[in-house]
Amino acid sequence: MTMLSDRQQLSYIAAQAADARVNVELETEGMTLNIGPQHPATHGTLRIIARLDGEQVVWAEPACGYMHRGYEKLAEVRTYPQVTTLVNRIDWLGSFANEVPFILAAEQLMEIEAPARAQWIRTLLFELSRIANVSLFLGDLGVQMGAITPVFMAFRDREYVLNLIEAATGGRFHPNFDRIGGLKDDLPAGFVAETRQVMKKLRNFCDEIEDLLFGNEIFQSRTRGIGVIPRDVALDYGLSGANLRASGVDWDLRRDQRLPMAWDKVDWKVWTHTDGDSFARCWVRLQETREATKLVDQLLDGLPSGPVMAKVPRIIKVPAGEAWVSTENPLGEMGYYVVSKGDLGPFRVKIRSASFNNISIVPWVLRGVYVPDIITILASLYFILGDIDR
Amino acid sequence: MTSALWAVEIPYWGQTLLRVLGGVVAVLLPAGTIVYVFLFKMMSFMQSRLGPMEAGPYGSLQLVAEVGKWLQKEDIAPERADRFIFRLAPIVVLASTFLLVAVVPFGPDAWFTNFETGIYYAMAVSSVSVLGILMAGWASANKYSLLGGLRAAGQLIAYELPMVLAVIGVVIQAESMNLQQIVVAQNAGSIFGWDGLGNPYLLTQFVGFLIFMIAVQAELTQAPFDMPIAESELVSGYMTEYSGFRFLMFFIGEFATAGVFALIASVLFLGGWGVPFAWFGWNGIDDVDNWMNVVGPLVMFGKMMLLVFLIMWVRFSYPRFREDQLQRFAWKFLIPVSLGNIVLTAVAKVVW
Repeated sequence: MTMLSDRQQLSYIAAQAADARVNVELETEGMTLNIGPQHPATHGTLRIIARLDGEQVVWAEPACGYMHRGYEKLAEVRTYPQVTTLVNRIDWLGSFANEVPFILAAEQLMEIEAPARAQWIRTLLFELSRIANVSLFLGDLGVQMGAITPVFMAFRDREYVLNLIEAATGGRFHPNFDRIGGLKDDLPAGFVAETRQVMKKLRNFCDEIEDLLFGNEIFQSRTRGIGVIPRDVALDYGLSGANLRASGVDWDLRRDQRLPMAWDKVDWKVWTHTDGDSFARCWVRLQETREATKLVDQLLDGLPSGPVMAKVPRIIKVPAGEAWVSTENPLGEMGYYVVSKGDLGPFRVKIRSASFNNISIVPWVLRGVYVPDIITILASLYFILGDIDR
Repeated sequence: MTSALWAVEIPYWGQTLLRVLGGVVAVLLPAGTIVYVFLFKMMSFMQSRLGPMEAGPYGSLQLVAEVGKWLQKEDIAPERADRFIFRLAPIVVLASTFLLVAVVPFGPDAWFTNFETGIYYAMAVSSVSVLGILMAGWASANKYSLLGGLRAAGQLIAYELPMVLAVIGVVIQAESMNLQQIVVAQNAGSIFGWDGLGNPYLLTQFVGFLIFMIAVQAELTQAPFDMPIAESELVSGYMTEYSGFRFLMFFIGEFATAGVFALIASVLFLGGWGVPFAWFGWNGIDDVDNWMNVVGPLVMFGKMMLLVFLIMWVRFSYPRFREDQLQRFAWKFLIPVSLGNIVLTAVAKVVW
């Protein structure tokens, strides 16, 4: 397997060999440490079972399912418009982004397409929820490493974005705004000017975080070379999003697939990093937040006029068929496989959420690291509990 | 503090009582001020929020409210805990703070004990708190507490050494281990004949000052050296299982020790209670007027707040090290640098 050629594995074996002499005389017992389900670093109820040798991890395993809410099953007894209310709660920090792929899948089955303006506003809100989501990650990163100030800056500036989302949709966390065939409403008056202001603030926030955290020597020594995920391993474990791009894979579903969204109509860049360590993952996310603010500015410039709702029947019945649509969500690839039998609700929905696959690498990447690094690696992998357990 | 101040004869037991009360005030008053000014307000302003605003004017009675809350909480000891040691641990930690303040001079006569080997004693008792932390970590019967206690022990031992070595430079320069004489030597001193500032060792022992403050930061387990507590990793480290009054003792101990270490640092590097003696034409400790017994503590309080500000500023803005990085920093960087500082100081002392 590829594991033995890995640097961490080798360093761990070396450390073991060096300790062997001591261990002959001083037999030490291992200790099993349960990190979670109730632990400040797990953002909810993830449980990491770690077998420790001193402070070094011999073996670690994530145990998820403590927050399973059965959305796939629930979706089967809801009508199509009702499902967006459920999927809002999957990745609760970037809720709007969860609705989009499901609605796109339904639209694909019904063979309708939202009007141009609705597509642009969808993209706009999608990117806003990405900014709201990832800016909180950037602050949280500090708090996981003991720097308490960045997280408050993140909360402060995320608030502006949430206000925008609230102004447009009426909901701060769970907008439930996307409809089959378009959007519930048009943008409110003054939204465009306000958004430009906020994007400026967010760019300042990114600079601030870069100064305060990314330039800090302690931060760098805690993240550089820690939790290295090589390119092949990342691909093998099905990582997606910034975690994959940080391992040097140039892969972004916003660019790589044709969807009825506005991403291909504006000019932006996919950021990658070749290191694959914690620092690379954080850095890629920082750059993506910046890129998203620029994307939003361009979307505001090019916003077409027209209706925000296509002609759809009053009672939505989706013709029989199967559809798979996935988008590049803040956390990574999120997709819905919708099977319809021509009823009011879906027959079966399979939700592919990014975090579930992203944490599947945890047993591999945590082997041989120290306890403090568990926290930074988990923070840099960036999962949201609702997104793991659905 | 002595009879000279009030011009009345106070019996020995009365003096002792006054000194004990003074010690309690000298520990708890700075601790309360530090918690309110720095932990509540400065941290909030750095993080663009207001902090406590409801209890008392501008939230100034928040700490009183918090203490009231803690006193009402149940004193829980885990079932498998080693009860006696578990209960003793916070007392040991707090006791080390009180032992430490005993040698700090606050004025020409306002001292608790005037020790010939004061700084030696201070360095020794400051490590008593390690015992308390280890006791807490072990007795809690909690894996997080145990890891926190072990980390604390490793860290505090590693940072005792640079701290002591940084102090040696001052001791060489002042030619005394008595804290009172270190203060006098700074304030009566002069820089190449100019005595407008005295000779605060901050200038000559700048490297020592930096090392001392870094070691203090580690000794207090404040970020970037707060691995023993590390909320995001070890929940609360050795304090995880404590509640109510016993947690309060750890909490007060943390900030009171910050205050007392800042007091010691101000004595060693900033001239302690004194103002430059040349301002008032004093030549030595015997010339100093009696009113310095009142003004001295205030001067010292000001210097303490300045140093605590530095400690807290770093605490609120830095992420934390990892254990091995911290050890490497202490053994491979701080200790060699402080040894070099001693050599330089000794050579300079012989030359001038």
